[in-house]
Amino acid sequence: MFAEILRRLVATIPVMGVVAIAVFALLHVTPGDPAVIIAGDYATTDDIARIRTRLGLDQPFHVQVGLWLSRIVRGDLGTSIFSGLPVSTLIGQRAATTIWLTLFAMLISVGVGVPIGVLAAWRKGSWLDRAVMVFAVSGFSMPTFWLGFILVYVFAITAGWLPVQGYHPIAAGVWPFLSHLILPALTLSVVYMALIARMTRASMLGVLDEDYIRTAFAKGLAPRGVLIRHALKNASLPVVTIIGIGFALLIGGAVVTESVFALPGLGRLTVDAIVRRDYPVIQGVLLVVSGVYVLINLVVDVLYVILDPRIRY
Amino acid sequence: MSQLSRRTFLAGATAAATTLAAPRVHAQKRGGTIRFVAQADLKILDPVWTTAYITRNHSYLVYDTLFGTDEKLQVRPQMVDKHSVSKDGQKYSFTLRDGLKWHDGQPVVAEDCVESLKRWMKKDRFGRLLAAHGPKLAAADRKTFTLELGERFGPVLEALGKPSSNVPFMMPARLAATSADDQIKEIVGSGPFKFSKDEWQPGNQVVYVRNPDYVPRKEPASGSAGGKRVHLDKVIWRYMPDHATAAAALAAGEVDWWEIPPIDFIPRIEQNPALATFLPDPLGTQGWLRPNHLHPPFNNKKARQALVYMMNQETYLQAAIGVPKFYRTCHSVFACNGPYASKAGAEGLAKQNLERARQLVKESGYDGRPVTVVHVTDIALLNGAALVTRELLTSIGFNVDLKAMDWSTNLAVRAKKDPPDKGGWNVLHTWWMAADVMHPAVHFGVSGAGPGAWFGWPEIPQLEKLITEFVRATDPARRKQLAEEVQKVALDEVAYVPWGEYVLPTAHRKNVSGILKFIAPLFWNVSIA
Repeated sequence: MFAEILRRLVATIPVMGVVAIAVFALLHVTPGDPAVIIAGDYATTDDIARIRTRLGLDQPFHVQVGLWLSRIVRGDLGTSIFSGLPVSTLIGQRAATTIWLTLFAMLISVGVGVPIGVLAAWRKGSWLDRAVMVFAVSGFSMPTFWLGFILVYVFAITAGWLPVQGYHPIAAGVWPFLSHLILPALTLSVVYMALIARMTRASMLGVLDEDYIRTAFAKGLAPRGVLIRHALKNASLPVVTIIGIGFALLIGGAVVTESVFALPGLGRLTVDAIVRRDYPVIQGVLLVVSGVYVLINLVVDVLYVILDPRIRY
Repeated sequence: MSQLSRRTFLAGATAAATTLAAPRVHAQKRGGTIRFVAQADLKILDPVWTTAYITRNHSYLVYDTLFGTDEKLQVRPQMVDKHSVSKDGQKYSFTLRDGLKWHDGQPVVAEDCVESLKRWMKKDRFGRLLAAHGPKLAAADRKTFTLELGERFGPVLEALGKPSSNVPFMMPARLAATSADDQIKEIVGSGPFKFSKDEWQPGNQVVYVRNPDYVPRKEPASGSAGGKRVHLDKVIWRYMPDHATAAAALAAGEVDWWEIPPIDFIPRIEQNPALATFLPDPLGTQGWLRPNHLHPPFNNKKARQALVYMMNQETYLQAAIGVPKFYRTCHSVFACNGPYASKAGAEGLAKQNLERARQLVKESGYDGRPVTVVHVTDIALLNGAALVTRELLTSIGFNVDLKAMDWSTNLAVRAKKDPPDKGGWNVLHTWWMAADVMHPAVHFGVSGAGPGAWFGWPEIPQLEKLITEFVRATDPARRKQLAEEVQKVALDEVAYVPWGEYVLPTAHRKNVSGILKFIAPLFWNVSIA
């Protein structure tokens, strides 16, 4: 197992290399030029050309990509063209917000989605099942920004219980930290809660028809024990897959949530950088996020083995 | 559940906040922190390296200027204590005030100002005009420096006190020695606030703290002139990309001042008794339609003149701004509330004549090729203006190709000199603050310098000659006459077509007082109860 994990980790290196080159190439074929943005409204064509030279943007593509990759290998993600700050510093400033937001959202999604999915499957065809399905369809259909504004209107402006926007690190106190994360995490989690609930229900329905479940009930085991210890464990592989994918999707979905709640996270850092064509920042963030995706996939694969010992790599 | 639009949401948000927050009587108070929602994200800190308005606004907190511009557009000494000019107008002498200090504790000396001006003259349009007149800058002693001109240049003080980008902000000589093409690495000014670098998070917040060593002038504050008396301990700029979030945060009291709310948010804000709106820059902003002079059909004067006759400013302003109290038609290329406003040569601009425009299109020999109009879709006012232009161009006989793009792509496209079918363009829209179209020396739209002119590259030698005469003139009446000549030529040759002026209110909670009228948000004189 350990050897397999090591082998998979080594295999991520060429994957990351391909990702890095693809990201770089994609950005450089996208219309836009950071030099003209820096030069501002009053710049002449000569001013812009001078800035392009200073930034090295007039170099051939292979030279630019070579220089960037050589820095990446040395652990240097580069420097923002605009602020002059190291990309690693910018990511460091934003990572905590996105990590906490994603973890909270996943906690809510799994904490609510799995139990209601199990209950819906257990009470298939009942009002409870229908209610869960209605919630699931609604959850899929609600645009994140719209839900965010509704929650702000209800809980922040009308009730005044929670703040409208912003982020406070945990060092500022537990309640300020939590209060600024509740609404964004709830907003972000609804879609995934719905997804996980549906997937859990579908997977559980397949398992609940198995003979061993019928046997367990016939032996007189309590429904809770049957559902959790026997059915859920065996139904959990697709759910774990969805949770793994969900982590990746949550990081992407955080872009909208971070904008609605003015949270200084990686999503907004990326969008701001794209708007300005701040290439080193876009490349750095995408590289780091790609690395996280690869690691999440690895963790999911390891979990498969733990949950189902029959699986071998 | 029924759909809730942003407008409905804001109506509810404002109403809810109204019930929660009662109006307060306030008095000017010392201390406190103000939370301010800035118009954009501050990414670049060097006010010479970029002309971005957000960097200019940031610099007004951190840096000081030799001269300031007051509410009445008069240039007044700021860091300068005394100044004199020789009888022939060729030699200026400036003596600095006592007690000026950089944020690193070092005293401000004349050499710092000499180096700062040299760097500024390499980048700024007005500065470059001054530089073209052979100025020699030299420190006479620690507090005095001189400016000796090789050729006559009238508006020296206007140049040194120019309020908009690039503002000649003063920096320590060691930083001002940085090439104008490179960003300065350290933010050390002598202004009333210090930049807190450790708390700066690009994309989120910028923090400034009061500079306890700052010595304000004795006069009352007015614009960027007068005494910069600081009542606040701390200023926090927040960047909120979503307008609805900023509106909700202002209504809920999580921020105190929102620099530029979109016009359609203003009615809701005005209904909230805890909030107030204010017009900080009554001079406003001018909208532009700019033809590209390099390529057909607008390399032909008659085709360009058709653009003037098709113009109906009211239609543009209605589409771009929408609320009549925030816009006005203005048939001058120079700001209508400024000293050089004129109707000279603007007869065609003042009255739409589509018949005449169609005739000019025919006379231009237009061959039916598509006219590429840059359509910026992520800025509401430019989106509206481009759509009006498409309708009008079509109505006078042009085939229009509307190219939709975001603002950043537009910046790259507009810099392309290629023909429109190879990635270039024919018509674009933009806007300029009145301070930037006040007179010929700062107005990029009337430059006829060809490759050295603003995008669109009109080559009109007569304009360049008139602008040179303008900056050499010392008599105000002569300058006014020359500005009128510039306008006549600019409109006849159609360097660009102005589509009116508009003003943008700022919004704040009522416990904020002392906001000064100026083109940038200023934080001295402001207090929070």
